[in-house]
Amino acid sequence: MAIEVRVPTILREYTGGEKSVNAEGDTLQAVISNLEVNYPGIGGRLLDDSGLRRFVNVYLNDEDVRFLDGLNTSVGDKDAITILPAVAGG
Amino acid sequence: MRLWAKLEDRNPTGSVKDRAALNMVIQAEAQGLLTPGCTLLEPTSGNTGISLAMVAKQRGYKLICVMPENTSVERTQLLTMWGATIITSPAAGGSNEAVRVAKGLAAEHPDWVMLYQYGNAANAQAHYDSTGPELLLDLPEITHFVAGLGTTGTLMGVGRYFRDHKPEVQIVAAEPRYGEVVYGLRNIDEGFIPELYDASLLTSRFSVGPLDALKRTRQLLELEGIFAGISTGAILHAALGVAKKADEAGQEADIAFIVCDGGWKYLSTGAYEGTLEEAEAKIEGQLWA
Repeated sequence: MAIEVRVPTILREYTGGEKSVNAEGDTLQAVISNLEVNYPGIGGRLLDDSGLRRFVNVYLNDEDVRFLDGLNTSVGDKDAITILPAVAGG
Repeated sequence: MRLWAKLEDRNPTGSVKDRAALNMVIQAEAQGLLTPGCTLLEPTSGNTGISLAMVAKQRGYKLICVMPENTSVERTQLLTMWGATIITSPAAGGSNEAVRVAKGLAAEHPDWVMLYQYGNAANAQAHYDSTGPELLLDLPEITHFVAGLGTTGTLMGVGRYFRDHKPEVQIVAAEPRYGEVVYGLRNIDEGFIPELYDASLLTSRFSVGPLDALKRTRQLLELEGIFAGISTGAILHAALGVAKKADEAGQEADIAFIVCDGGWKYLSTGAYEGTLEEAEAKIEGQLWA
């Protein structure tokens, strides 16, 4: 199973500069744990004690996971996860 | 399955922001915050500045806008035409950076008044008082409302209105996804969430990239003869996604979406000419919404 994870510029120091990496897991939480195994330190930039960090947005196939099941959101093969820092428009 | 376009380009300066801008000024006057000839300051990617500039000119105020440098030239032209002064902020960090610069200027110039669209309740209230009721009056069978997520004012105001008057309406946000330079923050804790934002008012939130936004903007023009700005394409993309889900679930739906503005101030971006891929390449790095 391969899930594509798109990483913002600010976190590419953990992925050796790669903007897209593959990960495994059947929930978003599992995917993040898997990312931490391969790219140590990245987990701490995404999560804090309360869960997903406030200024980190995560999208599953372009849908904000906070409106799905958060960290428990189910993830499957060929899904794409996009991580972005919170940037407003207007 | 029906899609309904609410044509906010028909407002006085041509965008949905006219509602928020006028209400923010009216409320500030009512609170005694404005004096004749005083200076307003506002971080804006364009439309709010243009709306405020017109209101300011009519009511005798000066306006200084902090605007990211990676916005279309028409926005600068219109702001200047309405008499506003523009201070540009760097492309990196997008509107986050414009807000940061504006807050710094406000601290240095306590006599300037920053109405602050990202946190001013009068922004969302304008939509509670006008946009929401218009939608319900014109489309009592409404099932979904889709708008762009920027300051969050439209979605918060309309969302709160439907929560109070027709809570089963789904409130769907379309968030523009920009090129990498806009997300080039120095650290992830430099993120910014508008103070108006209350996630509990939304049903779902979609990220929409420039290719999809451009595709839908062109389809709206070609199939419906509606000449809209690129953010409207993003909103329509989300609306079509919601329509597809409802259709697959065998549900009837009357989905209203906001046409934020016309395409006039985006002509220079190349969005309406050449292939989609050519247009996408041209707006890469721009704050296209």
